[in-house]
Amino acid sequence: MSEFRGRPVILAFYPADWSPVCGDQMALYNEILSEFKRFDAELLGVSVDGIWCHLAFAADRHLHFPLLADFEPKGAVARQYGVYREQDGTTERALFVIDADGIVRWSYVSPVGVNPGADGILRALETLTTEAAHGR
Amino acid sequence: MAGDGPLAVLRVQVTADDHAQGPATAPVTLVEYGDYECPHCGHAYPIVKEVQKQLGTQLRFVFRNFPLGEAHPHAQHAAEAAEAAADQGRFWEMHDLLFERQRALDDAHLTQYARSLGLDEGRFQAALTGHDFAARVRRDFTGGVRSGVNGTPTFFINGVRHDDSWDVATLVSAVRAAIEAA
Repeated sequence: MSEFRGRPVILAFYPADWSPVCGDQMALYNEILSEFKRFDAELLGVSVDGIWCHLAFAADRHLHFPLLADFEPKGAVARQYGVYREQDGTTERALFVIDADGIVRWSYVSPVGVNPGADGILRALETLTTEAAHGR
Repeated sequence: MAGDGPLAVLRVQVTADDHAQGPATAPVTLVEYGDYECPHCGHAYPIVKEVQKQLGTQLRFVFRNFPLGEAHPHAQHAAEAAEAAADQGRFWEMHDLLFERQRALDDAHLTQYARSLGLDEGRFQAALTGHDFAARVRRDFTGGVRSGVNGTPTFFINGVRHDDSWDVATLVSAVRAAIEAA
């Protein structure tokens, strides 16, 4: 994560690639990347799927942001953020907005079946920007 | 800020700029954020019609654009076509046609639909090629994102996101509950 210092990072944990709905969480974020870019924020999707699965999923859905494979050791990143679901072997549906100094400034864990959308992320990014402007 | 989760309420109020069916004074307004090329929205289309039929003047229905252009290559242009039809007073006719023919939404078909509705073809064409209504579609889309639209279709009943299923019975009873509460 340290390579992203200097700009906000959105970390979006999701249970699995290949969710069977239109505009699933990653597809939705893909459509609104330009909104995230307005805040110079980098979006990273994370699931326990392996790299080949991610590549196929990203190609199929035309995703324009990186997916991280929390595959080996499984769920290690999710555990660090406290969002691993032992009983399912997947991550939670969890969002983290990390500021330019690498500090988690906002987080949200959604019910695993509910796509949390993007409004929470955008509000968090707005707050970061406002605070930065006021020399917090 | 931690735990400040997404609030699933409509942040962009329904105005005269919206495409609406049913009286503005209806006790309940149902807003759909939809994508003409999304098969789930195609599935929802006759369901909404049935809900409107059952609730009559108790319901106002509003459609807003939420094209998922990366997933559906024709969705953006189809949305602009509906807006171009709206510009000639024929939004709902185009909206219906697009959902009824949602497997044929390439530009040639869009032009054909405009012709079949008797639109001024030159004006329609110019709006489409000039992307005259792209900003309007985008405004719907961003407003939707800010309201917690998390896929298509997403429904709001009197401003609150409907997270339940959207079969006829569920939607009708959700709307009736909102009428009671109104």
